[in-house]
Amino acid sequence: MRNWICRLTAAAALASFAGAAMAQNFDDPKEFQAAKELLAMKPQGPEGKPWEQHLGGKEVDTSKYKKPGPYRVCFSNAGVNNPWRVVGWTDMQAQVDVLKSDIKSFTAADAEGKDDKQISDINSFVSGGNCDILIVSPNTTAALTPAVEAACQKLPVIVFDRGVLTQCPVTFINPIGGYGWGIQTADFIVSKLPKDGKVLALRILPGVDVLETRWSAAHRIFKEHGVNVVGAEFTNGDNAKTKSIVEDYINRFGKVDAVWMDAGATAVAALEAFEDAGKPYPIITGEDQEDFLQKWKAKNLTALGPTYPTYQWRTPVIAAVRILKGEPVIGPAWKLPQPVITAADLDKYVDNKMPPLHYAMCGCKDLPGYPERWGGKK
Amino acid sequence: MTLTLKVDRPKSRVLTLAGRVNIAVIVLIALYLAISVRQPIYLEPAGLMNFLRRAAPLAILASGQLFVLTSGGFDLSVGSLVTLTVIGGSMLTANDPGNTWWTIAFLYTVGLIVGLLNGAVVAYLKVPSIIATLGMLLSVNGAAMMWSGGAPRGYLPDNFRMFGRLVFHDVPIIGIFPLAIAVLAVVASLAYWALHRTVFGRWVFAVGDNPRAAELGGVRVDLVRIAVFVISALSAVTAGIMLGGFGGVSVDVGLGLELQAVAACVVGGVQLMGGRGTLIGAVAGALTLFALFTLLTLLGLPQPLKDTAQGIILIAAVAIGAWRRRRAA
Repeated sequence: MRNWICRLTAAAALASFAGAAMAQNFDDPKEFQAAKELLAMKPQGPEGKPWEQHLGGKEVDTSKYKKPGPYRVCFSNAGVNNPWRVVGWTDMQAQVDVLKSDIKSFTAADAEGKDDKQISDINSFVSGGNCDILIVSPNTTAALTPAVEAACQKLPVIVFDRGVLTQCPVTFINPIGGYGWGIQTADFIVSKLPKDGKVLALRILPGVDVLETRWSAAHRIFKEHGVNVVGAEFTNGDNAKTKSIVEDYINRFGKVDAVWMDAGATAVAALEAFEDAGKPYPIITGEDQEDFLQKWKAKNLTALGPTYPTYQWRTPVIAAVRILKGEPVIGPAWKLPQPVITAADLDKYVDNKMPPLHYAMCGCKDLPGYPERWGGKK
Repeated sequence: MTLTLKVDRPKSRVLTLAGRVNIAVIVLIALYLAISVRQPIYLEPAGLMNFLRRAAPLAILASGQLFVLTSGGFDLSVGSLVTLTVIGGSMLTANDPGNTWWTIAFLYTVGLIVGLLNGAVVAYLKVPSIIATLGMLLSVNGAAMMWSGGAPRGYLPDNFRMFGRLVFHDVPIIGIFPLAIAVLAVVASLAYWALHRTVFGRWVFAVGDNPRAAELGGVRVDLVRIAVFVISALSAVTAGIMLGGFGGVSVDVGLGLELQAVAACVVGGVQLMGGRGTLIGAVAGALTLFALFTLLTLLGLPQPLKDTAQGIILIAAVAIGAWRRRRAA
């Protein structure tokens, strides 16, 4: 019995250490500062094409990868298991169509959100010998690192969205990221919140790095400004649960002045809780989903639409062709701009013909097949 | 000997009476009080009404699942049918209130077909229901994903959503009255009548108790089996309409609901092997489960700990129920 208790204590201690270590990763003052600097930077590159722009970064020489086209491009996809990835994946396929003259074949493997499947996908791409270049959108960071390292030995690799723990890919493409999101959204709420206003934070789930960093950055700013955060709740991204939680907070506090969200898919459900309770709409930060933007416009909300832009799915395809042509690309880290939608440019993004969870910052309006390909109506 | 029996009789009567109060009801009251400590609004009528409104879809699902469980089967396809209902509803109505009524009729037809297929596969192909409905879960989910392309493609009009969303304000005494509670009351009354007040209900119990004996007793076992799956599927469509109404369109709305419905029934004292169960138990079980979810959310526990706590409490509730039954017997 004593032995058993000892073991349990040891396990608990270990778990709490691991927890502390993880928490530190997600709330890194250095990363926070770096994101702040990136947000202040003016993007370089072609005007009006943020997917080809970059924030800082150097050009890397790719002449050693140069070969005659057209090329065989392979893509190992973590999954298309949420609407964000559905929009991004559609962007990517359309971008391949744009570059049809340079791309002979585009082969994609869907890992369905499983690390082991993605590792074997990457292995078979590498050993199959039918790829001139490999694009990887990793499912998880640590688990995919060895597979990507092995692939780097055989062919040029591009990683985007989530990262890996190696510098071997030619370039790693992603937007500013979670800290940037947290800064953009918290600054907005701080600037609009009445004195002693109450803020409710809605998060999807704990432990996911991009979501944890969004919250840690926002939380840091809320603390700095002494903002009254009455609660931070996990919604699991579920509409009904979101609505219930918000309803409870409205009932408990009488009034909630602002709702901060780490992702916008359930923003409309949160707003409906205010409607159903007969309360005025809160200040809210959602995301760039159409349903939220439409509600924002219809009800003239005080809102902000931060983005984790889906146009980043276009960039790796463009980079792949450039690398194989021996043209320089930005690397080893290619930071894309991460715009927010504000009341001033809301009209540019609202489109009643697009489906509710279409991500307006898709940079896809110039792509072939828009809007039907994205589920919209002409 | 006779003396002891005489002394024992009133005692055992007290025991039977205590045994008759469903364990779920006791756990429900305890959990609800715990919620109220954390969030006093739940003690006010408006808090109670909101709680019932949110729990109504699960209670309706449990009422349908009750028939299948009592007959000795499982219906694991209900969660995916809820998803299909919500997605199908948004695709077919295309945000036009004029399409609502025929869409609802169409969705019930789909439910009817799914139920008939489940029942026919179980009754005639002799596939165990847990497998048959698991297959149906995968197919229906696949159909829903194919139809929507993995992301919601439309909205539900307000007249479709009212069953889950509409709340009457300024009602005397209770303050607010959500339409969802009325729907729950109608469904639960119908289910109570069908299971506890009709010959059909007696057949369901008979089939669950001993299908061979029921058959020899002249019960059309195959038809009873088909009927219970149809009832369960129709309850899933109803729950889907209400969940879509409450929360709007999402592609994972039905995820895990089948197990929650089964768990609700089990907590409510329904026997998994069939032959025993009450409508009151199923509804109370669903409310208990929902109160548990609410409490764990209010406590702000991290999700893994919540899942663990949920599992332990479920097992404990069922174990206590079984122990009480043994004692009462």
